[in-house]
Amino acid sequence: MSQPIENLDEVLKNHKLSKEEYRDILRILDGRHPNIVEIGIFSAMWSEHCSYKSSKKYLNGFPTKAPWVIQGPGENAGVIDIGDGMAAVFKMESHNHPSFIEPFQGAATGVGGILRDIFTMGARPVANLNALRFGRVRGDSDINKYQRHLVRGVVDGIGSYGNCMGVPTIGGEVSFDESYNGNILVNAFSLGLVKSDEIFLGVASGIGNPVMYVGSKTGRDGLGGAVMSSDSFTEESKSLRPTVQVGDPFTEKLLLEACLELFKTDHVVGIQDMGAAGLTSSAFEMAGKTGAGLIMHLDKVPAREEGMMPYDFMLSESQERMLICAKKGSEQAIIDIFEKWELDVAVIGEVTDTQRMELLWHGEQVCDMPIAPVSEEAPILDRPTARPAYLDEVNAKSVDDYAKVDDQEAYEKLLAPLEVVDKAWVYNQYDSMVQTNTTKEPGSLDASCIRIKENGRALAMSSDCNPRYCYIDPKKGAALAVVESGRNVAMSGARPLSITDCLNYGNPENPEVMWQFAQGCEGIKEACLELNTPVVSGNVSLYNETNGVSVYPTPAIAMVGLNDDENKVLPSHFQEEGSQIILLGETKGEFGGSLYIKELFGETSGTLPSFDYSAELRLWELVIEANKKGLLKSAKDVNVGGIAIALSKMAAVSNKGIVAEVAVKESRDIFDESQSRALVEVSKENIEAFGKMAMDLGISVSMIGQVGGDKVKVNNVELPLEEVKDIYFNTFTRTIEQDL
Amino acid sequence: MTAVVNVFLKEGVLDPQGKAAHHALASLGFEGVKDVRIGKQIILQLDTEDKTKAEAEVKEMCETLLANTVIEDYTIEIN
Amino acid sequence: MKVAVLRFPGTNCEFDTQYAFEKLGHTTQLVWHEDEKLPEGIDLVVVPGGFSYGDYLRSGSIARFSSVMKAVQDYAKEGGKVLGICNGFQILTEAGLLPGALKRNNNLHFISKHQNLCVINNDNAFLNKCGKGEVLNIPIAHADGNYYIDDEGFKELEANGQILLRYSDKEGNPVVVNGSVTSIAGVCNEDKNVFGLMPHPERALEAILGSEDGIKMLQGFEA
Repeated sequence: MSQPIENLDEVLKNHKLSKEEYRDILRILDGRHPNIVEIGIFSAMWSEHCSYKSSKKYLNGFPTKAPWVIQGPGENAGVIDIGDGMAAVFKMESHNHPSFIEPFQGAATGVGGILRDIFTMGARPVANLNALRFGRVRGDSDINKYQRHLVRGVVDGIGSYGNCMGVPTIGGEVSFDESYNGNILVNAFSLGLVKSDEIFLGVASGIGNPVMYVGSKTGRDGLGGAVMSSDSFTEESKSLRPTVQVGDPFTEKLLLEACLELFKTDHVVGIQDMGAAGLTSSAFEMAGKTGAGLIMHLDKVPAREEGMMPYDFMLSESQERMLICAKKGSEQAIIDIFEKWELDVAVIGEVTDTQRMELLWHGEQVCDMPIAPVSEEAPILDRPTARPAYLDEVNAKSVDDYAKVDDQEAYEKLLAPLEVVDKAWVYNQYDSMVQTNTTKEPGSLDASCIRIKENGRALAMSSDCNPRYCYIDPKKGAALAVVESGRNVAMSGARPLSITDCLNYGNPENPEVMWQFAQGCEGIKEACLELNTPVVSGNVSLYNETNGVSVYPTPAIAMVGLNDDENKVLPSHFQEEGSQIILLGETKGEFGGSLYIKELFGETSGTLPSFDYSAELRLWELVIEANKKGLLKSAKDVNVGGIAIALSKMAAVSNKGIVAEVAVKESRDIFDESQSRALVEVSKENIEAFGKMAMDLGISVSMIGQVGGDKVKVNNVELPLEEVKDIYFNTFTRTIEQDL
Repeated sequence: MTAVVNVFLKEGVLDPQGKAAHHALASLGFEGVKDVRIGKQIILQLDTEDKTKAEAEVKEMCETLLANTVIEDYTIEIN
Repeated sequence: MKVAVLRFPGTNCEFDTQYAFEKLGHTTQLVWHEDEKLPEGIDLVVVPGGFSYGDYLRSGSIARFSSVMKAVQDYAKEGGKVLGICNGFQILTEAGLLPGALKRNNNLHFISKHQNLCVINNDNAFLNKCGKGEVLNIPIAHADGNYYIDDEGFKELEANGQILLRYSDKEGNPVVVNGSVTSIAGVCNEDKNVFGLMPHPERALEAILGSEDGIKMLQGFEA
């Protein structure tokens, strides 16, 4: 009865649908051939980006529950209880592919997207972080120059959007590695606050309830974006430019205020952001979650251009739009609110009991398909996995296989990498203080903190991942990303509660990449279980591959923790001359995936030792409890570059010198990266009380030196404080702005 | 009719964007660029065929909104 | 004190401003840009920071034409006190209530950080609780804060004591932050009832936020 559309093979190829998937489509449509609108819908809904078809199998094992978890994965963002009737809503999301093609708009719309995920839940966004990975920016090659251009564009884009929205960007991380030369990673995190009983979900229900479109008009921008980000890059990708969307933060700000005004009323059943795959994914998700049906009149959708067709409306990724399921009779009240904020608003359809998606164009049906098989029951894959061949080679090496390097020379080299030095060039372009809550601002080391005006507490958050660790050991590396983000949060005196993740990997069709992904998920699962910090939201970004080269496995983790007292946020740099610096934990000579091997020998090699979660938890406990008792002046974790680099950073930021003597087996161990260690600053009168607490928790304590003086000296390496500060504060700008 | 308005910083007012572009051009090896000024172009579709009237109207638009005459100059072309 | 805080589409410091004045014991009221009148019995109008109308044409250029700004013009003409912070300063210069204009920062970047300011003139309703030459630590966060005024205008500012604040180091020496003429961070009108500055005193009221120096600035209006 029905005929396949013309040039079916080519159309399927352009929509990245396989023959197998087409057979599924025919089955779902009861043997009828799909039209082009329907093919577009299947293509978007079954893209990696929307369906998580390669990753779902592994994500399903994540721990997602704890007494404080109000909403786990599956909604626009996760929600945790932060006391006194308040909740924190947060999520991290990637915008990698668009940012490589057009860094300013790619990064800007990434921020716009994550902000909508937060305020869709009813929360006002109060803090942003971002985790950025770039390729090699030092050097004169075209790649280096392009990477510097990307850094400037991405930072400008993030700033322009977040600043205009009035949401402070309070921290994050930026690192560099050749593995990102062909695929940069731009991961944006946002956190919002909401009253626990005023949370909104992305659902459509109640037969006859109106479906409303609000926000910007729909244009042809971003057509096929979800399909693009589910594909690898090739030399032809530059011609993909037209599919990058342009952000309008001003309109989003209006949308934010209008939505928050709407949420104070009783008119909304559910609301969903139109992100990737626009109207298609928002409509299918809202109905899919409740088992409802929807009928929508696409000719009612506000259009920015003339001549747009149903296909364009369903697949456009125009920004700053939302889909609302309203209560019947509330239409005019909602229209009034959005018109007050000078936004477009239209009733475009209603909820039905058919469990089907029916789309009409000037009264003519252009799509009719069941919802569940396309959304909630979308096919998932069990892709082949294989342990990567490179692992044997990199795991076989140890630091002893490399030439000996003079410690002073090593120190000077390890102080200067861009991942180590201060990034004021980046964070000074972000408004970090708007909303007047930022108590631990960017540049102050470890976690970032905001106070909560509503309950007098504070939230700490930190985004972390060491891709070198993940490269040499995808499972332990991912687990350590969770651990480090938790440790950073604990160093501010806050108790780590939950994570969101952004899992950036290469091409899942490559079994070795799929193995890395599977292992990474195992690592996150293990760490989150052991540390009791469940996953409440997240995002997967695959196909970060260019010309066959995949990025290092990069599961970025953002941990959120709660400090019961806004006045007890612990700094991470020296506070007072003369106070004692104590090293907590043991230095075991670990150099697997270290900065030491990377910077001195240009390689990423070695192994990661087995990890003791109990020791880690006791370390957190010690710092959190000692801080509550007022025994600590500052605390910082020890990570890349080891004790010597951690002390140097603390010295530079505080403008105070330090002379430290650390007992180590090998002199180079001042650069070792053993886990579960921290440096704490304690005033003389509190040393005894603190020592007793540490002993009770079984944590090894070494008094390594006192704050003060005009140099940084750690065992046999030293530099004048002024020189440390010059390297620390000026290297980044000198590198990134060298072309200007 | 179409009016094309060009808005530039006044002579003598430092143009940081122009300066940056100038510097970048020089570092890319484009010599002999004496000065770079960056401005913006505003294109207005007008619902009139009276050129004189259009010119007067657009001038008023520039003076009120499109340019800040404390720091900016503008030119108007009507086609 | 009763403080009116204006709200334009794109304003984003209105709640911070309300929070700050209320913390100092004053009452505040938000005023929507379409309102044609200011509330009765107010002591101060604050035009807060943000990105009114996205700042897409020029910062502050569209907001100045709103209904509420006509009321503010009248209020200022009658001697009412008006304070413009950041985008508010830009709006007041665009509206002609303050001299000069604000251009893109000379490094072309948005600049957000704690910044020292030196009090240049304190014989006015705003800075009377600060000492002349006193150095204050106040956050800045702007892309278009590069204050420009021609030579003649500058001479007038100086002669009338209209220069309020300059970006400075810890000792009060002027420093170049964004390219402003003689490092000017804030000015007032000749009648000294309209004030504008790029830095954000409302963000500096609490030690846990890094500075309390904004308190005596905002308290100046109590006198």
